[in-house]
Amino acid sequence: MNSVVEKKKMAKQQGKKAEYSKEQYLFWYELMLRIRRFEEKALQMYGQQKIRGFCHVYIGQEAIAAGMESAIRKEDCIVTAYRQHGIALGRGVTPREAMAELFGKFTGIVKGKGGSMHFFSAPNNYFGGNGIVGAQIPIGTGIAFAEKYKGTDNLCVTMFGDGAARQGALHESFNMAMTWKLPVLFIVENNGYAMGTSVERTSNITDLFKLGYAYDMPSEAVDGMSPESVHEAITKAAAHIRSGAGPYFLEIRTYRYKGHSVSDPAKYRTKEEVQSYQDRDPLKTTEEKILELGMASAEEIQAIKERIRMEVEDSVQFAEASPYPPASELYTDNYTQEDYPFIRD
Amino acid sequence: MSRELTLRDALREALIEEMQRDERVFLMGEEVAEYDGAYKVSKGLLQEFGPKRVIDTPIAELGFTGIGVGAAMNGLRPVVEFMTWNFAVLALDQIVNNAAKTLSQSAGQFKCPIVFRGPSGSAGQLAQQHSQTFESWLANVPGLKVISCIDPADAKGLLKSAIRDDDPVCIMESELLYAHKGIVPEGEYLVPIGVAAIRRPGTDVTLVSYNKMILTALEAAEELAKEGISAEVIDLRTIRPLDVRTIVESVKKTNRLVVIDESWPFASVSSEVAYVVQKQAFDYLDAPVTRVNAADTSLPFAPTLVEEYLPNAAKIIRAVKEVMYLHK
Ligand SMILES: Cc1ncc(C[n+]2csc(CCOP(=O)(O)OP(=O)(O)O)c2C)c(N)n1
Ligand SMILES: [Mg+2]
Repeated sequence: MNSVVEKKKMAKQQGKKAEYSKEQYLFWYELMLRIRRFEEKALQMYGQQKIRGFCHVYIGQEAIAAGMESAIRKEDCIVTAYRQHGIALGRGVTPREAMAELFGKFTGIVKGKGGSMHFFSAPNNYFGGNGIVGAQIPIGTGIAFAEKYKGTDNLCVTMFGDGAARQGALHESFNMAMTWKLPVLFIVENNGYAMGTSVERTSNITDLFKLGYAYDMPSEAVDGMSPESVHEAITKAAAHIRSGAGPYFLEIRTYRYKGHSVSDPAKYRTKEEVQSYQDRDPLKTTEEKILELGMASAEEIQAIKERIRMEVEDSVQFAEASPYPPASELYTDNYTQEDYPFIRD
Repeated sequence: MSRELTLRDALREALIEEMQRDERVFLMGEEVAEYDGAYKVSKGLLQEFGPKRVIDTPIAELGFTGIGVGAAMNGLRPVVEFMTWNFAVLALDQIVNNAAKTLSQSAGQFKCPIVFRGPSGSAGQLAQQHSQTFESWLANVPGLKVISCIDPADAKGLLKSAIRDDDPVCIMESELLYAHKGIVPEGEYLVPIGVAAIRRPGTDVTLVSYNKMILTALEAAEELAKEGISAEVIDLRTIRPLDVRTIVESVKKTNRLVVIDESWPFASVSSEVAYVVQKQAFDYLDAPVTRVNAADTSLPFAPTLVEEYLPNAAKIIRAVKEVMYLHK
């Protein structure tokens, strides 16, 4: 695993197993790169106090957003937790809209009202970043319920962390989703930790996908460091769900390279552990594969990198130049009723 | 003899002292043991008391709160930490439907001596779900006692009283003020539940507040003093039972009352204070009771909206001038 030669060999083997088009690889690569660079910039801006509050970045988990978007349709819905910048970018939220939101600016995806944890984008069928751990599990089930009710063949991807998997709401949702055969794809992004608590410390069941067995839900573990594996697993799950057979559960095994949020020094894990995942970094391996399979030249890769760098740089300039929401915005978007009588004494 | 301690360390001392004193006391919550607490209130407790008594839970608020309630009914004295009170909303069923009602339902056969504690209120730009002040919600429930205090010495004494109390007690702390320092006495002492503290004596107007807003009220009082207005500042410390006497005595002296309250205005702590004062000191009031609450909205992320939402010294001063009929 350590030498470049070995890595290339591995890439070749994987490449043989999963043959995808040049467009497919470049899509994954670009999206993962956009997310990575965006998140790095967000951390930098946090360091400069341009961004405040909580900020949970997606670095290390990008292959999930990439492999997922290529395997589902734009009409499908997604709901997730607060570690959501990458998912939103994958959905089509622009770096400008996302960065401005992190800055709390009026031009952000939710007018500076949500910040890092709460992006929403109705045109992209993105039902948001939720800050209450596990709350989105029943909500995603309900979004799927509505799709079935309306008679579409869309599904709802309901994403949550390994920590969230310990909330009772998971079991209630799994049971109803299975009983009512709802078109919901449950994805647990198992990055090994909920804040400082490892998966092993929260349950006897550390193979999280097995939680689905109690409800006879088709359930599998997936390598989350590879966009191909994620894509394959979700393609299969989505076909099952669209056939009307009900929900599917994927445990996607991944890793967050950074601390839980900006304030977490992540002392609860070893450097070696972090390194072992970074050795399989999806961005790096995908880039190597693209080069090796001759899908793009080094110059072309360089051009993509430059374009993404500019895009992210531009998002910062856009955010900087944008105004904060005016104070009067405090009283908008609380009720749909326009003349709602707020208490204002 | 006394020394300066942070709120965090004062609370920690209370936990240590009570755990040393009583085997039945244990601490349970997310990240309380190996991580030393999300806000380091329980730092070192795992080393001192071991994993039997300092317990990391999964993220399962409803479940571990219920486990706390059951353990309390069966003779233990749990301290359940919520990473913040926003997440205790998931556990309200056990707090409201069980902890608060055990004594009544069992006609006194079972009691529920449990402490629920954690930070409450806004803490900068944390947006809608992480900025809420639920003191008035919990204080609405018969069977519960509610403490909300950021003074290190008092918070320590109150936490100790709460752990020894045979009824369920909710304690609200403050994320922003765990590093807030105060003089804390050495040695054993308790602060009684249900008694307010006069933080600053005054004669012209009474300011009633609690938790971190007490600092804002004191800041306003300082400003007002420069203009020759003498404000008496009362820190409720306990929300339920409310120390009506201290408030009413003060209003009888100053004849004017402004309540500063981070909860939303509808059915808030300020509503209750205003009610008891008009009821018990009507003849002493020279102006309607006025209040400065958080805005009647969710708290969005942007700094401009946080500023607009929260009580601040300027808003308090404006309210004081209103009750003193000092319009500019
Ligand atoms: C109900 C609730 N409890 C606690 C928290 C505090 N909290 C925020 S994130 C988190 C850890 C969640 O970990 P996991 O689900 O694995 O997601 P990850 O951060 O790894 O993406 C905790 C305890 C919360 N936001 N909501
Ligand atoms: Mg996790």
